[in-house]
Amino acid sequence: MKTLVKRFAQSKMFWPLIALICIIIINLILIPGFFDIKIYNGHLFGSPIDILNRMTPLLIISLGMTLVIAKEGIDISVGSVLAISATTAATLIQSHSIFIALLAAIGVGVLCGIWNGVLVAYIGVNPMVGTLILMTVGRGIAQLISNGQIITVHSKAYHFIGAGYLLGFPFSVFVAVVCFILLYFLMRKTAMGLFLEAVGGNQTSSRFAGINVKKIMFIVYVVSGICAAIAGILISSNVNSADANNAGLWIELDAILAVVIGGTSMSGGRFYLGGTVVAALFIQTITTTIYTMGIPPETVMVAKAVIVIIVCLLQSNAFREMFMRKKAVEV
Amino acid sequence: MKIKFQIGGNNITILATLLLFIVLFGSGSILYEGFFSLQVFLNLFIDNAYLIIVATGLAFVIITGGIDLSVGAMVALVSTIIAFLLKQGVNPYLVIIFVLIIGVLFGFAQGFLITRFHLHPWIVTLAGMFFARGSAQLISTDNIAVNNKLFLKFSEIIIPFPGGSFLSIGAVAAIIIVVAGVYVAKFTSFGRNVYALGGNERSSLLMGLPVRRTKVMVYMLSGFCSALAGIVFTVYTLSGFAMHLLGMEMDAIAACVIGGILLTGGYGHIIGPLLGTLSTGVIQTIITFQGTLSSWWTKIVIGLLLCLFIVLQKLIVTGKFKYRSTKVSRKEEIKAEKRSSI
Amino acid sequence: MDTTTILKAAGVSKFFPGVKALSKVNFTLRRGEIHALMGENGAGKSTLIKVMTGVQKPNEGTILFNDKRISPKTPQEAQNIGISTVYQEINLCPNISVAENIFIGRLPKKNGKIDWNTMNEQAKQILERLHIQIDVSRLVSSYSIAIQQMIAIARAVDMSSGVLILDEPTSSLDSREVQELFKIMRKLKNEGMAIIFVSHFLKQVFEISDRMTVLRNGLLVGEYKTSELTQTQLVAKMVGGTSVTSEELPNKRRKPRVMEGQTFLKTNGLEKHGSIEAFDLAIRTGEVIGIAGLLGSGRTEMAKLIFGIDQADQGNITIDNNMMTLMYPRKAIKNGIAFCPEDRKVEGVVEDLTIRENIVLALQAKRGYFSYMPLKKQCQLAQKYIDLLKIKTPSMEQKIGNLSGGNQQKVILARWLTTNPKLLILDEPTRGIDIGAKGEIRRIILSLAAEGMTILLISSELEELVRCCDRVVILRDRSLIGQLEGDGITETKIMKLIGEGGVKAANEDIG
Repeated sequence: MKTLVKRFAQSKMFWPLIALICIIIINLILIPGFFDIKIYNGHLFGSPIDILNRMTPLLIISLGMTLVIAKEGIDISVGSVLAISATTAATLIQSHSIFIALLAAIGVGVLCGIWNGVLVAYIGVNPMVGTLILMTVGRGIAQLISNGQIITVHSKAYHFIGAGYLLGFPFSVFVAVVCFILLYFLMRKTAMGLFLEAVGGNQTSSRFAGINVKKIMFIVYVVSGICAAIAGILISSNVNSADANNAGLWIELDAILAVVIGGTSMSGGRFYLGGTVVAALFIQTITTTIYTMGIPPETVMVAKAVIVIIVCLLQSNAFREMFMRKKAVEV
Repeated sequence: MKIKFQIGGNNITILATLLLFIVLFGSGSILYEGFFSLQVFLNLFIDNAYLIIVATGLAFVIITGGIDLSVGAMVALVSTIIAFLLKQGVNPYLVIIFVLIIGVLFGFAQGFLITRFHLHPWIVTLAGMFFARGSAQLISTDNIAVNNKLFLKFSEIIIPFPGGSFLSIGAVAAIIIVVAGVYVAKFTSFGRNVYALGGNERSSLLMGLPVRRTKVMVYMLSGFCSALAGIVFTVYTLSGFAMHLLGMEMDAIAACVIGGILLTGGYGHIIGPLLGTLSTGVIQTIITFQGTLSSWWTKIVIGLLLCLFIVLQKLIVTGKFKYRSTKVSRKEEIKAEKRSSI
Repeated sequence: MDTTTILKAAGVSKFFPGVKALSKVNFTLRRGEIHALMGENGAGKSTLIKVMTGVQKPNEGTILFNDKRISPKTPQEAQNIGISTVYQEINLCPNISVAENIFIGRLPKKNGKIDWNTMNEQAKQILERLHIQIDVSRLVSSYSIAIQQMIAIARAVDMSSGVLILDEPTSSLDSREVQELFKIMRKLKNEGMAIIFVSHFLKQVFEISDRMTVLRNGLLVGEYKTSELTQTQLVAKMVGGTSVTSEELPNKRRKPRVMEGQTFLKTNGLEKHGSIEAFDLAIRTGEVIGIAGLLGSGRTEMAKLIFGIDQADQGNITIDNNMMTLMYPRKAIKNGIAFCPEDRKVEGVVEDLTIRENIVLALQAKRGYFSYMPLKKQCQLAQKYIDLLKIKTPSMEQKIGNLSGGNQQKVILARWLTTNPKLLILDEPTRGIDIGAKGEIRRIILSLAAEGMTILLISSELEELVRCCDRVVILRDRSLIGQLEGDGITETKIMKLIGEGGVKAANEDIG
C-alpha cells in the first residue's frame, strides 16, 4: 500500500492531479453551488458537466499534440485545421447528408496532417515553421470555403454531436472517451508507442534499430490533424455555426499547455496520455472559474502564457540546477 | 570601400529573390494598366514599412539559429499601448520612448529565458506572442483611433520624388533600419558574432565569444525592431488594436526565407528581408489590382511561396554538402595516386 | 633550452557523481617542450585538460601559471591567461571566412568599424608563419579537414602566450599532414612555446614528444622522459600492473578456419560517392570476417551501406541469392542482418528508455507495428539476455542511461541477438569501455562465432582482428584493396597492406 502511494506520488499524473484538486477546492469555497448537479429532462446539468462538455475539443486536440510533442515536434496549426474542418462540415451539411459532411471534415483533417507530415518528416522543415505555414494559410483556406461568412447550421443531427445528451451525459464526452481509448490502444497495444518514445528519445539510435523514423513522424502529424478535425466538428456543432476567423483561435497554446502540464517533456521521449487528460480538465476548470468569478477573460491568455513558461522552466535542467544550488547553499 | 559578398550560396538566393521580384513586378506591369510606375514601386515601401523593419530584426535572430514568433503580437501590443496612452493625453515623445523600451525589455526577457534556461526559442516566443496579444487585449479590446497632433503630422510628412511620387516617413525609417542592419552585420563585432554563433554555437563558445550575451542582444534587437515597427504601423493606420496583424509572424518569416536567410542559421544577407518583403508586397499589389480576388488569397499565396522557398533552401543546403563531399573525395583520390606512385 | 616551469597542476582532484575522474594528480609543463599526456580512455586525460582550461572546476588542488595561482572559469579566461586549446573536433565556424575565424572575438577595428583589409592581411601573415598559403577570405568550409586543423592551430598560437594544448589533433589527418603538423609543432617549440600533446598513436608520441605524463584511472602513474622509455614499457604503464595478457583478455588466438560454406551475402559494385568506392565483398555463412583500415578509410561507411543506413548510389547486394538494389535498415533486419554501431551513445542506446525496451526495440521493429510483443514475453527475452550476457543491473526496468559503457554495449548486443541474425556486424564493439568488459565482450564474440554465427568485425585494434577473424579485408582511402586469409592474417601483414601511409596502423601495434 505504502509503495503504491509512493509510486503514485512519483508518477507524472501526480502534479496535474494535485493542481486539479486545488482548483476544485478553491471553487468549492469561493463559488457556492459550483458543484450542484441537477437532473433535468433526463440530462445532467451543472458546472462540472459544463466543464466536461466544453473541454472535449481541447482534450482531443491535446491528445494529438501529446504524440507530436513526444516526437520532439510541435503542431501549431491545430487551430486552423479545426477551422477548416468546421467550415467544411458546416458548408457541406447544407446540401449533403451528415455522413458525407463528417467524412469530408475528417478527410480535410487527414489532408492537413499529410501536408504537415510531408513538410516536417520528409522535407525536414523545422516543425514550428512547417506548421506555422498551415496555421496562417489555414485561416485563409477556411475563409475561402466559407466565403468569408459565418456559416449557420440547421441540422439537428449535426447539433446532437456537440450539444446532445446520451445516458444523461453530453454526447461530446463520449466522443472524447472513444478518441482516448482509440489512441491509448494504438499507443500501448501496438508497437507505435514504443517506437514513438524511442524516436523521441534518440532519433539516430532508433533508425539504427530499424525503425522508420520518418514514417512515425508522418503518422503523428496525421493523427494530430484528425484530432483537430474532430474538435472542429464538436465546436461547430455545439454552437450551430462555423466561423473561419475565430473557431479554435489560440487553442494551440491551451493544447501545448495541457501536454506539458500533463508531464510530457517538450524535448520528446516519454509521453503520458492520462496526464494530458487531467491537465486539459485542469485548464478548462480554471477557464470556467475565471469566467464565473467575473475576472476579465482577457487575463486568461496572459496567465496561460506565463504558466507555459513556468512549466517549461520546471522541466528545464538549468533551472533545476540553479534551484538545487541555492538549496545547497542554504543547507 | 568595396563590399564583396563573402558567401557564395547567398549570392544565388539573393539573385533568385531579385529575379522573383522583377518577374512579379514585370508580370504585374504587363497585366494591369498603371501598374508600372515609380509610385507603385514606392508604395511597396510605404505599405510594408513595418514589415521590412520587423523582418530585418528577425533576420538577426534567425541567423543565430533562433526564431521570434512574438513579432506580430508585439506590433499589435505597441500600437494598442500608443493609442491608449495618447488617448490619456500622455506626451507623444514620451510614449514613443516608452514603447521602444518596452520592446527592448520584452526581447530581453525572451532572450534571457532562452539562453539562461536553455528553453526552446519557439516555445518561449510562442508564449511571448500570446502574452503580448493577451496584454494588448487587457489594455483594450476596442480599436482605438489615434488623433494625436504629432502622429497626424508624422503621417502627413511626405518625401517627394520626381514625377509626383513620394515616400512616407515610415518607409524612410524602414530604409534606415535596413542600412543600419547591413552595417551592423558586416562591420561590428556583434554582427560577426551573430554569424559565427549561427555557424557553430559550440565552436563560438570555445573560441571565447560572448555567446549568451549575443543571443540575448539579438532578441532585444528584434524586440526593438518590433516596437519601432509598431510605431510606424500606428502612424500608417492611425489606430491601435489588439487584433492588428494576426499571423504577421509568418509574413516576417516568409520575407526572411524568401530573402535567402537560412532557417538553420548562419547564412544570409541582411538586405534579404527587404527584397523578400518587396516580393510579397508585389503579390499583394497584384491581388489588389486584380480586384475580384478576396484578400485571404494573399495569405495563401505567400504561404505557398514560403513553402517553395523552404524546399529550395533544403535543396541548396543538401546540394552544397554533396558537392563538398565529392570534392574532398576527389582530392584524396589524387593524393592516393600520388602516394602509390612514390 | 629554457627549462622553467610555465604551467603546473598540484594535487588536482575532480569528482563526478560516482566517479573519481582525477585524484591528486600533479603535472608540470616546461617552456619549450612538447609534453605528451598519455592514458587509456577514461584515464583522466581530458578531465585534466578541462580543469586546466577552465571548462571544469577542480574539487581540490591548485593550478599555477608562471608560479601564479590561477582558476579560470571559462576557456576564454584560460585563453586570456595564456593557455590555448585546439580540440579534436575542429572548433571553427564553417560559415565565415578563414581570417574571421582567426580573429573573431578580437576583430581589428578602425574608426569603430571592422577593418577587413587589415584583418585579411594579418591573417595571411599568421598563416604564412606556419607555412600555410591559402586564400583567407574564403569560407572555412571550403577547405579540407587538415587545413581547418591548421587554421585552428594558427588561431590558438596567435592568441596564446606560452601554452598550447593539442587534444588528439592527428586523428583525422593522413601521414603527410601529420608530418606537416609536426613541423609546425617543432617550430613553435623552438620559439619557446610549451605544448601539451594528447594522442592515441604511440609512434607519433615517441616521434614528437620530449617528456610524457601517464595517467591511469584518474591517478598519476608517473612522469617520464620519452627517450628513457620504450613503447612496451609505456603500454604497461598505461594499462597497469595486470598486464594485457592476463585472463582479462582472451589472448589465445583462435584457429582461423578456411570457410567453404555457401555465400550468404555478396555485394556487387556497391558504391556511395564521397564515402566509399565500389566494392565487391562476399561473406560466407559461418565465417568471421574482419575489416581493417585507418580511421576514415570507409570501414563504417561500408557497414552502413550493407545495413542500409546510407543508400548506395550504384551497385547491388545479393543475400541468399536474392538481389536487391535498395536497402534500408528494416529490410536488412528482415534479411537477417544486425548492426552494432560504432558510436554507442548517439547511434545505439535510447537513454530515456529502460533496458527491457532497449533490448526488444530491434526485434519489435522487425515484427512491425501490429504484432506487439506482450509485456510478459518482453520480460522473458530481456531476462534471458541479461543472464546470458551477464549485464550488471538491479532491474531490467532501469534506464539504460544509468549503466556503464560496457553494460550498455552488452544491451545493444542483446538487442541484436534477439533478432536471431544470420550476419552480425560489429563496428568497434570494444571501443571506449574498460578492460574487464572488453575481455567479456570479446569472449562473447568468440563464443558466438563458435556457435556458427557469421560475423563482420570492424576494429582499429589489429590484435583483435588477428585473434578473432578467419579472413580480413583491408580498406585504404575509401576503397577495398585486399584481403588476408587463414594463417596469413598477421598484424604486420595487415599493416603492410594498409600501406606506407599507414602511420596510424603501425601505431596501433601496441599489443
